[in-house]
Amino acid sequence: MFDFLDSGQYDLLGAFWVTAKLALYSAIGSLIWGTALVAMRVSPVPLMRAFGTAYVNIVRNTPLTVVIVACLLGLNQTLLITLGGQRSEDIGFRLAVLGLIAYTGTFVCEALRSGINTVPPGQAEAARALGMSFTQVLTLVVLPQAFRAAVTPLANVLIALTKNTTVAAAIGAAEAAFLMKEMIENEADALFAVFAVFAFGFIALTLPTGLILGWAAKRLAVKR
Amino acid sequence: MKLRRTSTAVAAAAVLALTATACGGGSDSGSNGDKINVGIKFDQPGLGLKTPDGKYAGFDVDVARYVAKELGYAEDKINFKQAPSAERENLIKNGDVKFVVASYSINDKRKKEVDFAGPYFLAHQDLLVRADDSSITKVEDLNSKKLCSVTGSTSAQNVKDKLAPKADLQQLGGYSECLTGLENKAVDALTTDDSILAGYASQKEHAGKFKLAGLRMSDEKYGIGVKKGDDELRGKINKALEKMVSDGTWEKLVKEHFGPSGYKYEAAPKVEN
Amino acid sequence: MSSVLYDTPGPRAKRRNILYTIGFLAVLALAGWWVLAALNEKHQLDADKWSPFVTDSQVWTTYLVPGLMETLKAAALSILIALPLGALLGIGRLSDHRWVRVPVGAVVEFFRAIPVLLLMMFASQLYREFTTVSSDFRPLYAVVTGLVLYNASVIAEVVRAGVLSLPRGQGDAAVALGMRKGQSMLYVLLPQAVTVMLPALVSQLVVIVKDTALGGALLGFGELLSQNRQITANYGANTIATLVVIALIYIVLNFVLTTFASRLEKRLRQGKKTAAVTIPAQAGATDAVKKAVSDA
Repeated sequence: MFDFLDSGQYDLLGAFWVTAKLALYSAIGSLIWGTALVAMRVSPVPLMRAFGTAYVNIVRNTPLTVVIVACLLGLNQTLLITLGGQRSEDIGFRLAVLGLIAYTGTFVCEALRSGINTVPPGQAEAARALGMSFTQVLTLVVLPQAFRAAVTPLANVLIALTKNTTVAAAIGAAEAAFLMKEMIENEADALFAVFAVFAFGFIALTLPTGLILGWAAKRLAVKR
Repeated sequence: MKLRRTSTAVAAAAVLALTATACGGGSDSGSNGDKINVGIKFDQPGLGLKTPDGKYAGFDVDVARYVAKELGYAEDKINFKQAPSAERENLIKNGDVKFVVASYSINDKRKKEVDFAGPYFLAHQDLLVRADDSSITKVEDLNSKKLCSVTGSTSAQNVKDKLAPKADLQQLGGYSECLTGLENKAVDALTTDDSILAGYASQKEHAGKFKLAGLRMSDEKYGIGVKKGDDELRGKINKALEKMVSDGTWEKLVKEHFGPSGYKYEAAPKVEN
Repeated sequence: MSSVLYDTPGPRAKRRNILYTIGFLAVLALAGWWVLAALNEKHQLDADKWSPFVTDSQVWTTYLVPGLMETLKAAALSILIALPLGALLGIGRLSDHRWVRVPVGAVVEFFRAIPVLLLMMFASQLYREFTTVSSDFRPLYAVVTGLVLYNASVIAEVVRAGVLSLPRGQGDAAVALGMRKGQSMLYVLLPQAVTVMLPALVSQLVVIVKDTALGGALLGFGELLSQNRQITANYGANTIATLVVIALIYIVLNFVLTTFASRLEKRLRQGKKTAAVTIPAQAGATDAVKKAVSDA
């Protein structure tokens, strides 16, 4: 039943490696971009607040598929942005990372905002009483606590991101979903086996993430 | 408490409204008595296209109409269904359509699953390039070029396996995406059957922008797909196709749909029985 | 909360803020100008690429509105099937019987761990191989199947979190009144949990609407996003314009849904206050529900 695994025709590990790389790069990028967005949303400058709010509300309400296709059509096919990629596979991969960051950043921003809301106002007030500026209050006092409180929602975002990497198949990034589509068409008689293999692959990717971060959330929680 | 009940009612009403719209659209399937279902493409200008007024236009569409007429179905009895490339065999096998006229090239793999009437047209895999680009004159030139084609198409496979394995082949969801890239110089050429390319090149929005390279990289004989073993229908369609060529309709239709692009089409192929 | 992070700006801070505003505005304007100029240079802003959406009502009646209807149809069907299924799974996970709780938990965790796109592709091939569902409906079936399996497990978690968030006393009181387990769940716990869950469920609808687009891009489902093929084939490959219009429709649709969700949440909270029922666990409950949903 699983003999298609031995045929050497399909690069399963390679496909999941691409998925893992997509998830990893996008996770790092969206963490940075999400933090920047949340900083804008709580900043004293009204224009930045407005931009942050507008960005989050617009991008969060757009299907990821549209975001990723827009990256390819708008940025690559029209504006000729290649992000340093040479062959079209590289370009597709890099654009998919960019699209995932743009989309996932909004969810990171919302998770962090809910984290900031758990920090007691007295913390920020005390920091201000010490004469700290907004940047200092945010980076030295509020965000470190917010991150700890936001580990669980952030873990959920990360797991969702891992699953969302499959959407990159829409612009031809050679990741797991792309291979699965090819395989179920060629190996129609082993449909259940193919599905089982890919399901297992994703569980293997997401389950440890959930467990480790769940443990981390408990360790890091600010005791109050 | 009261407020809560109203909001629950609002939610329920919203869900109901959604379902009401949902149920409106799903009742036009099933048996349709004296009508005939025909599979065509909905998104290929020149061959099979659903136009904004909800009608269908193109060479394949007119061939389907002619054949249906010969089979005894008036134009208003034809029910056109979308036949995306990956679905054509299934549509025929499940009996969803009587026959498929959708730039359907005859090959051995497909012959195992369906039978073909025809061929009614001979196309070749070709390239569409920007009108001012003359750097591609032979197949070998492709190895240093960026090519675009539709994901999973035979043309894409052909380039990768035989024609130019070193070419940078970008596979996208549809031809329009490739055209955007071609127009903006993100890719150098779009490759697929010349009949499809001619359809795009002759659209008025693209006038003067693109040209066909004229490389005949493969032979694609377009057939009409019918259910395996249905020799009666196949015979009737073949007769209709022969008549279409002999009474001059074929020539007229080809001129009408491919004429404006200056596409040098081949003479009508002989129907194989 | 944000105002706690910084002092009310004095004259110096005000000046600095204005400076930041100008700087940020300049960056935004520069980026915007660059994109627009580049698009213009590539003739993507030409009137003939955009005018069909304004002047030709047939674009809407032939492609966009039917596409939108397909999207709504798939979303509505999915939520209607997923809701009762999810409620059942959620209650099953709370069961006192190990042989119910454990398998249901496994099912829920399994379908939550798998990308919805893979579920859709699997369902599509399953229907193609083993059923005679006509090709007109197969993509819809596949999309709805994938969405139902995934969202039922998410809703199951929402229901579980909602029921668990209720004060223990509610269940105990029901038992004290002589209610059986089923009765206490049906008449006491679920009705209260539903009010906590409603906003979360409406936001889940947004997730479903967005996910229908997957079926359009990869399974040939004729929903809103997939209409761009036919539109661009008719109007000279105006891909950018078409994509922008389609994205705007999604954004407006989902914005209406999210606004509705937050209105609902506000209403429910106000309802609590006027009814003078203070449930200490409530704040934690909505958070738990949100957590279950935030993995969209």
